[in-house]
Amino acid sequence: MKRALIAALALAALPMLPTVAAAKTFVYCSEGSPEGFDPGLYTAGTTFDASGHPIYSRLLEFKPGTTQPEAGLAESWEISEDGTVYTFKLRKGVKFQTTEFFTPTREFNADDVIFSIGRMVDEKNAWNKYITGGTWEYAEGMGFPKLIKSIDKVDDLTVKFTLNRPEAPFLANIAMPFASILSKEYADSLEKAGTKEQLNQQPVGTGPFTFVAYQQDAIIRYKKNADYWGTAPKIDDLVFAITTDAAVRYQKLKAGECHLMPYPNAADVQAMKADENLQVLEQEGLNIAYLAYNTTQAPFDKPEVRIALNKAINKAAIVDAVFQGMATPATNPIPPTMWSYNNDVKDDTYDLDAAKKMLADAGVKDLSMKVWAMPVSRPYMLNARRAAEIIQDDFAKIGVKVEIVSYEWAEYLSRSKAKDRDGAAILGWTGDNGDPDNFLDTLLGCDAVGGNNRAQWCNQEFDALVKKAKSTSDQEERSKLYEQAQVIFKKDAPWATLDHSLSVVPMRKGVTGFTQSPLGDFTFEAVDIAE
Amino acid sequence: MFGFLLRRLAVLIPTFIGVSIIAFSFIRLLPGDPVALLSGERVMSPERHAQISAQLGMDRPMVVQYFDYLGNVLTGDFGTSIVSKKPVLDQFLTLFPATVELSFCAIIIAVALGIPAGIIAAVKRGSIFDQGLMGIALVGYSMPIFWWGLLLIILFSGILQWFPVTGRISLMFYFPQVTGFMLIDSLISGQKGAFASALSHLALPSIVLSTIPLAVIARQTRSAMLEVLSEDYVRTARAKGLSPFRVIGIHALRNAMIPVVTTVGLQVGVMLAGAILTETIFSWPGIGKWILDSVFRRDYAVIQGGLLLIAAIIMTVNLIVDLLYGLVNPRIRH
Repeated sequence: MKRALIAALALAALPMLPTVAAAKTFVYCSEGSPEGFDPGLYTAGTTFDASGHPIYSRLLEFKPGTTQPEAGLAESWEISEDGTVYTFKLRKGVKFQTTEFFTPTREFNADDVIFSIGRMVDEKNAWNKYITGGTWEYAEGMGFPKLIKSIDKVDDLTVKFTLNRPEAPFLANIAMPFASILSKEYADSLEKAGTKEQLNQQPVGTGPFTFVAYQQDAIIRYKKNADYWGTAPKIDDLVFAITTDAAVRYQKLKAGECHLMPYPNAADVQAMKADENLQVLEQEGLNIAYLAYNTTQAPFDKPEVRIALNKAINKAAIVDAVFQGMATPATNPIPPTMWSYNNDVKDDTYDLDAAKKMLADAGVKDLSMKVWAMPVSRPYMLNARRAAEIIQDDFAKIGVKVEIVSYEWAEYLSRSKAKDRDGAAILGWTGDNGDPDNFLDTLLGCDAVGGNNRAQWCNQEFDALVKKAKSTSDQEERSKLYEQAQVIFKKDAPWATLDHSLSVVPMRKGVTGFTQSPLGDFTFEAVDIAE
Repeated sequence: MFGFLLRRLAVLIPTFIGVSIIAFSFIRLLPGDPVALLSGERVMSPERHAQISAQLGMDRPMVVQYFDYLGNVLTGDFGTSIVSKKPVLDQFLTLFPATVELSFCAIIIAVALGIPAGIIAAVKRGSIFDQGLMGIALVGYSMPIFWWGLLLIILFSGILQWFPVTGRISLMFYFPQVTGFMLIDSLISGQKGAFASALSHLALPSIVLSTIPLAVIARQTRSAMLEVLSEDYVRTARAKGLSPFRVIGIHALRNAMIPVVTTVGLQVGVMLAGAILTETIFSWPGIGKWILDSVFRRDYAVIQGGLLLIAAIIMTVNLIVDLLYGLVNPRIRH
């Protein structure tokens, strides 16, 4: 019996080893299953990589490799002088995908835009609650329901957005995957058939790839969209092989079972670089990890105490221990790849003697404090406990006793925002749209105190600058305002800025045309593979 | 026999209710608010939080929620996933065949290797075979599944390249899912090489999943066999001059099998638990991985629905084992 079984297994093993065979099939070992295929309903990058990017297009698209919005389904746009009316001229002749479940009879027009965005902002829209428990979390987070007053069709190829107030980041916001454009004609046909929820399972868009099939937690298949309005993809088929474990993804990449993988283990990166069959791309991620003091609690209400503590943190040690070098120490609250990054701001130097003296001058003696360490690994902070231990060690050297505390993730998120939180919390942020407002106002504005502003820091001067930048359309002018805001931030030091992690993308040799996105998206419309 | 069946069924009802209470309340005892997790680092306003909680029915008292839930379950509605917004039962039925296929192969390996190993160890008690086999069984039983799986992947897929790393079938093959069982579907598809590919993808995960049950079955078979071998009737059989094969293979084995059958039944439950880790490491799209992901996301609907469905299956398997047991040993029916 035993022999028979071994023989059977050996036989089975012979004809396999399915190296990535078919000439133009590109296999991406993705890190998780998409939650669904209607990107408006979700917030996870994994879902956007599988739905928003391959299947759909948006009015504006981010220029590959940048955070700069450029023409997408809208060929051009005009902004009224007061910054509240955005008029988009739509591209002519764009076709929706033809699939096994839907054949479009008309081309893309203004109705599709009104349908796609309208359902997110209008509670009375018939598609607002088409899925039990479905919510428009991203649109909500970006303030769309309160921001957008109306969306009007001027003619078939012109659509007008009227806002309740000027909002400069609006263009970047509608380039985000949640604002993807769906087919109204398809939605109408589903409504007629009484199968509205199919919109989230069998997607139809105008993007570079057409959805073919999804086997839950296993595989997503797409084929090239021959009618794509942009440059046609070079590959014929795109496959997402869902592989949740990073070590296993690496094995699959090595074995040639996939062409490209996201999120490698930091510890594997050196070996990947040494492997002659692989190539590794690296880029600073659009993120920040920080230690937020509670600036309303003594003695952390004094900037000099916060700066003294910042001087005692050995960021280089954190980058080495937690990221094996796959990160850079952070100076400003925004990453260096973002426009308006202020290069003139200098980081507090690691200087224990100076730190000790500053504390003594501020009259702080025998300080003991809590440092909160997140229980989960995030791209901006792989191991918060390890980072907290390094901080604990550093602070001990200047006579500050640290107790490390942690909670379950949801608890952590909710307790860390409390105004009377005891201690400094490690947390971070990954940018949504590449706009500095998405870091500076979202995380440090006065409105965010008790919420995203974990330092509970409300500096009127800083707040006035970022609020002014938000309502200014001219990017150069905005950039200047944000640069000033960064100077104030550093002087007042509500956070110890810890690191910006590198985003590392390993792929097979022979893969060309893949551009790393600073937003962390994985898009494959331009990739090619050597025969 | 009918009365026996009814009695067994009557015991199942309170068990099922107990399981439903545990599945429902345990996950709610864990800290962590699923609504807050929906938005991650992005803070949700208290009004928004209240609105979504109300939409999901989580603002009502626990007891009301529980009875609502139980009522829905009895009509076949296991709720809708908070994360994917899909019905729990649909998802379960899509993923379950993958887990069954994997568990079935694993239990076959465990039984096919475990029982002979146990018999050899018992017959050659104290010999190098006995100590060697039981030593290996002990190692297998104590092996952390995650580590063991990764080790096999690195050796057999990475270095030797005998088996594929993960997945259920090579990506070259694409055919509609008819039964959800890849071995059967690949045969139905008629595509050349599909069945072999499916089988080779099953090999490593099945070996990993079978490791613990194999060890348990081998040890159980050994001790049951030793007990039976010291019985008088075995001595009598030997004295009668029967061949060792007949004594061990027919007289002793049949009686020794009773506790082993029970163990195999219990291992089905263990296997579904072990499947969580095995499926995660091999990216096997089954229910184990699905439930584990849901625990991290605090997807209450999936966790309680999934646990309940798994419990129902284990109860059914145990019922079948009990009935088999009754067939093997009539005394138990009374």
